[in-house]
Amino acid sequence: MPTATIAGHEVQINDEGFLTEYDEWSEDIATELAGNIGVEMTPRHWEVIKWLREDYKEKGETATTRRVQTVGGFPTKEQFQLFPKKPAKKMAYIAGVPKPHGCV
Amino acid sequence: MKRLLILGAGTAGTMAANKLRPQLPRDEWNVTIVDQSDTHYYQPGYLFIPFGIYRPDEVTKPTKRFIPSGVDLVKAEIDKVVPDENKVLLTDGKELPYDYLIIATGTTPRPDETPGMADDLGGSVHEFYTYNGATALAEKLRTWEGGKLVVHVTEMPIKCPVAPLEFTFLADAFFTEQGIRDKVDITYVTPLEGAFTKPVASKYLGDMLDTRNVHLEPDFMIESIDAEGKKLVSFDEREIPYDLLVTIPLNMGADYIARSDLGDDLNYVPVDQFTLLSKKYDNIFAVGDASDIPASKAGSVAHFAMDLFPANFMNHIQGLKMTEPFDGHANCFIETGHGKGLLIDFNYETEPLPGKYPLPGVGPFSLLKETEINHWGKVMFRWMYWNILLPGKELPLPALMSMAGKDTGDL
Repeated sequence: MPTATIAGHEVQINDEGFLTEYDEWSEDIATELAGNIGVEMTPRHWEVIKWLREDYKEKGETATTRRVQTVGGFPTKEQFQLFPKKPAKKMAYIAGVPKPHGCV
Repeated sequence: MKRLLILGAGTAGTMAANKLRPQLPRDEWNVTIVDQSDTHYYQPGYLFIPFGIYRPDEVTKPTKRFIPSGVDLVKAEIDKVVPDENKVLLTDGKELPYDYLIIATGTTPRPDETPGMADDLGGSVHEFYTYNGATALAEKLRTWEGGKLVVHVTEMPIKCPVAPLEFTFLADAFFTEQGIRDKVDITYVTPLEGAFTKPVASKYLGDMLDTRNVHLEPDFMIESIDAEGKKLVSFDEREIPYDLLVTIPLNMGADYIARSDLGDDLNYVPVDQFTLLSKKYDNIFAVGDASDIPASKAGSVAHFAMDLFPANFMNHIQGLKMTEPFDGHANCFIETGHGKGLLIDFNYETEPLPGKYPLPGVGPFSLLKETEINHWGKVMFRWMYWNILLPGKELPLPALMSMAGKDTGDL
């Protein structure tokens, strides 16, 4: 796995730039990752990102857009406003968890 | 007498009954299995029914034929589990007490969960994840003259995650063989960022839709279906028109799981991913599709997990540590049309890789590669399912995924 220096931290990333180690994440890294994809973090963004990380810790899998709505309480429409076009992938990228995937 | 109660006589539940009954002394243990149906369905066969490759009667057999002697088969609907009282209530008013409970009631498609999806079901909207749905779609395709075919996945996780792709490949082949492929416009719609999302699989298979002239609509989060206007509408206001929609509705576990407060938002039972023991109750396990383990919801996962489960179960009821951790191993044939197929082999940690299976360098099956042998593996599998897997006999394949025979050059 390649490494990168993000917000002054050396972290492991995959080919798409996603963090691969859950514990290497930090808020300043998230802020920089968000900036990379044109997202400016507001308190509401942080709520979603922190919920996603907690949920990943419990489930071992990144929450789907539906689960972010039904369990996290962030309506799908709002997810699209906060993380335009591709909320599932963008949320995962900023939260340092794997992007949603199928089995192939 | 102690009581083991199994809920659901599908793949995982039936295997649990067949594997555990011989290990539990008959003078100490009663074993009961509950199912609402008299019929056992070979679910991997649903994929072939719409194209007339299997007749509906080729995927069903009586449930009781697969339940071993010494196991009581109860035909009933489950009302709820009362974990604090160690009992299960049935909708006919009966109660079944248990010392240990195994939940194996699987997952089902829920068209009602998406606004508009159920409005025209059986008309221009179809699904093939149920026996009735697959049969109705066969009837539809028999006389369909072409137009816009949309194959759509609502949201992950779904049972047999590769089936929508297989359906797409088989549809392309079917219409080609019917001589009307030029009259059918096929679009594959997914909530994921592509039809293939794993790096190595994408490298080897990424062009499979293009070469079949199938359009891809990725990142599509469905908000509703306009049944009258015949179009899918997404949360970011994209619209996809269809003449025939084949959708994979949201999949959810059984509703009694929610009534029993045993499930997550999709009614899957949270369990330890290595032992399948409930995170909440020390005498409840969930096996097969009914659990929330981050593995594919597939028969092969149920099968490999069930190779390891009996030893863990026997240890657990004696107060011993469970020593056979499951790795999420899955092994799936993928039909690609015209008598060919792919094979993928993977687990929680390792994505599908190219190579040979099960014998390194020999095969006979090839991983991540289209071959005729792979297709025959899938065809043969139906026989193995009925005659080897369900009765709980051993297949000479290791339960845990092996790296032997896999090419790791792409990692």
